[in-house]
Amino acid sequence: MGNETMIPLSYYIGLSAILFTIGVVGVLTLRNAIVIFMSIELMLNSVNLSLIAFSAYSGDPAGQILVFFSIAVAAAESAVGLAIIIALFRNKLTVNIDEVNVLKW
Amino acid sequence: MNLELIIFLVLAVAAIVSAILMITRRNPVTSALYLVFNFFVIAVLYLFLRAQFIAIIQITVYAGAIMVLFLFVIMLLNLGEDKLMNWKLNSSKSIASLMAIALLIEILYFVMYFTPSAGLSPKADSMGTVESIGKVLFNGYIFPFEITSMLLLAAIVGAIMLAKKKFSEGTDGE
Repeated sequence: MGNETMIPLSYYIGLSAILFTIGVVGVLTLRNAIVIFMSIELMLNSVNLSLIAFSAYSGDPAGQILVFFSIAVAAAESAVGLAIIIALFRNKLTVNIDEVNVLKW
Repeated sequence: MNLELIIFLVLAVAAIVSAILMITRRNPVTSALYLVFNFFVIAVLYLFLRAQFIAIIQITVYAGAIMVLFLFVIMLLNLGEDKLMNWKLNSSKSIASLMAIALLIEILYFVMYFTPSAGLSPKADSMGTVESIGKVLFNGYIFPFEITSMLLLAAIVGAIMLAKKKFSEGTDGE
């Protein structure tokens, strides 16, 4: 068939898991709101990778459609999120989340 | 070890290293550039999985549009080196790292024992082209596609409204 790949499916899922965990570490330990936001994008991307891998190995195009919608939603999310960060910076003159505790109980 | 596996391992190491560099840099611009590199590596992995359309979308939308937006905001806010970022291990950071490691072990356990050992599907070669994605998208998923346009419109309006004025003026309903 020409697609006799030697890469097992679990390699892709394992890579996706490692990238997701790096994103989680970034969200939990960093203090700069923009870099936290970039870590969230990294996590979204790792999940997209696992969806594409499952889609290709099961022969179902629905996974690629889901990734298409996921990328569209990520674009909308980043536009709104960055607007919130700009509004936050105007108000507080910082993007350090330790100094933004108005809603903290 | 065939060539495809070697290339996959090189790409995987590149993706992981660029992700780690992304979360450890002090300068947000450097972080953003490492994230762009990471997106390109993942796009090449999509090509390995025969998903050409998603690979192109990944490069144009993610590495192009979204990351340019990130860089634009970083430079607009004129964020310099993060002086407050210290790698002193306080209690919350160590708890967070431990939880992340526990998460990784948990996911890898499930990956090792519950992933089906199927090969690449014979249909995969013809599945990722623009033609077949378009056929599936506009036959079975036309309603979510239209809803996505509403979502993007709402995001445009929301982004403009949020970035236009200060929070204190925006909260009293005007």
